[in-house]
Amino acid sequence: MTMKQKTENYYHLLTRNMLLTIIIVSVMPMILVSGITLYQFEISYEEKVHAHLKELVLKHKQNIDTFLREKLDNIRFVGTSFSFEELKDEDFLRNRLETLQQIYGRVFVDLGVVNPKGIQVAYAGPFKLEKAVYSDANWFLQAMQSDYFKSDVFLGLRGLPHFIIAVRENWKGEKWILRATIDFLAFNNLVENLRIGQTGFAFILNQKAEFQTKPRLELAPDSEPYLSLLRNSGEFKDGVRIIEQDDTQGNKMIYVAAILKHGDWLLVYQQKASDAFSELNTTVKITLALILLGAICIVTTAFVISKKMVARVAKADKEKELMNEQIVETGKLASLGELAAGIAHEINNPVAIMVEEAGWIEDLLEEEEFKKGENLDEFERALKQIRTQGRRCKEITHKLLSFARKTDSRIQVVSINDLIEELVMLSEQRAKYSNVTIQVNLQKDLPTVRVSETELQQVMLNLINNALDAMGNAGGSLDISTRMEENNIIIGDHILVEVADNGPGIPTANLARIFDPFFTTKPVGKGTGLGLSICYGILKKMGGDILVRSIVGEGTTFTVKVPLPKKGNENA
Amino acid sequence: MSIAKVLLVDDEIPFVEAMSKRLKKREIDIVTSFSGAEALDALQNDGSIEVAILDVKMPGMDGIETLGEIRKRFPLVEVIMLTGHATVETGIEGMKLGAFDYLMKPCDMTNLMDKLKEAVAKKRRHEEKIIEARMKEITGRRA
Repeated sequence: MTMKQKTENYYHLLTRNMLLTIIIVSVMPMILVSGITLYQFEISYEEKVHAHLKELVLKHKQNIDTFLREKLDNIRFVGTSFSFEELKDEDFLRNRLETLQQIYGRVFVDLGVVNPKGIQVAYAGPFKLEKAVYSDANWFLQAMQSDYFKSDVFLGLRGLPHFIIAVRENWKGEKWILRATIDFLAFNNLVENLRIGQTGFAFILNQKAEFQTKPRLELAPDSEPYLSLLRNSGEFKDGVRIIEQDDTQGNKMIYVAAILKHGDWLLVYQQKASDAFSELNTTVKITLALILLGAICIVTTAFVISKKMVARVAKADKEKELMNEQIVETGKLASLGELAAGIAHEINNPVAIMVEEAGWIEDLLEEEEFKKGENLDEFERALKQIRTQGRRCKEITHKLLSFARKTDSRIQVVSINDLIEELVMLSEQRAKYSNVTIQVNLQKDLPTVRVSETELQQVMLNLINNALDAMGNAGGSLDISTRMEENNIIIGDHILVEVADNGPGIPTANLARIFDPFFTTKPVGKGTGLGLSICYGILKKMGGDILVRSIVGEGTTFTVKVPLPKKGNENA
Repeated sequence: MSIAKVLLVDDEIPFVEAMSKRLKKREIDIVTSFSGAEALDALQNDGSIEVAILDVKMPGMDGIETLGEIRKRFPLVEVIMLTGHATVETGIEGMKLGAFDYLMKPCDMTNLMDKLKEAVAKKRRHEEKIIEARMKEITGRRA
């Protein structure tokens, strides 16, 4: 794996981790809070719905119970108020039926009197049921057992669903029965009115799981959960029981059951859970949609943010790397300087001794006996050469030492114009000898800079000396100018100093290398090649810059950029 | 009659030897020592030493320290600093501390001789002035 792939992989991983962290940290609480709230809401909403249904069913149960009791009471009233002697008369019976129908509506379909043998001796009603024999009829057998009786719904002789209310009375020592048929439709209405939503309806079942009213839908009454509701009649709380179960089609249903007729009948209300809880479901849907929307927003934001952050980190890393490289460069230069200083110092003393010893030989040569030697000239030449080369060594070591020595790098407030004027004054003597005129063109009222004065002096003096060296004895003119330059993108506001000579110029091949240490074009022994590299190092350290522009035959211009303190940073 | 009596101080023995030979040949009466402490002893023992040539960089007591001691204990002795460093600062520091002048190693013999002569002349002038002052004091007392 290459280095580049590695770093790319690293940033990829960083992006992913950041993305995941942001998403988890922001989505988790949202989901948790919404989930808990929704759960609590669901529970309380369910309780509310259950309570509502329970109340509704209870109310209807009471209505039905009241209805049945009333009808029974009506018939009992008829049975006790009139003797069977009167009731046996069909006209009288018809009269009674008409009266009942007048008062209570068409609820009562017919009236009949049945003798102890089960033969209907009198009948008033729309059917031809006179002399009908009920001796084997289930209801008759049960009615004979108690004072009054309410039958299940059955088809009977007439072939229509109906149920019977029967009252047993003793007449002439025998048990006679007054029976009334209750209109199925009227009874049915009581239950059919109980309708909620799109799927909620009610019906009545008897103990044999037979319908006592007509349900709105085709249902199999002998299936679960009706059977379980019928079986576990003991678990009713306040006379009502609520269960939630899947029906045969797999829909979740709510069943609310109430006992009627002392446990003979069961009032069942059923509704699809989705219908009953439709409001809850809507709320859940909205919440889920909001959560989803929020999650999408978070994911998008997290994605954008982590991308941006990682891009920044990458940029910072790159800058750091660059800086590290620069530091390493500077470090290299510094250690090189130290090494040079060490060598220079060590060499200096032996060279001094050599020069002195050569001088001693020179001294001795002046004595009489050597004056006659035929090689005297040659000796003297050699010794002179030793002295010259010794001096050359001295110069080199001195330059090296000055390159390595610590300068005063304390930051001071420096006026560049003053500094340049001072240096020009120092250099004027030398310039005069080499026929150079120095022209100074300084912009007035330049702001002061915060740099090391000694270092800046060193830079400027190096440039001036270089220019004078370049022009040699031929003479020329040296222009030094300063001016303010604002809003530079890289180093901000800065002062620009130009040192321009009209010397021979620098060939392009050399231009790229002039800031390298030990690069020099001066004759051997004349330069160390350290001056400009020192300048470069100093300016880079200041946060400034040094540039060179040169045309062979026309001259060279060095441009120095000294940064101004950043605004708001001036007191730092 | 020698031109002057000079103390040469340097830890580099060959350098001291070569130098003393050359200076002797130029009629300088030379005393040598190889450290700051030795130099102070020599000055203590020989009151006729007029000029000291001091190397700046020496192990133990260095040139600047030795210079300080000499100025304190033998204020009339003139000191010429010899520096291996090209640092103008060391020379300037020495001058501030009262050295007569400084020279960079390796130094030109004629240059050194000139400096020596100047230093001796200065020293003698000082001494003369002191003697004069003393005489004035004594004559003044009489009058």
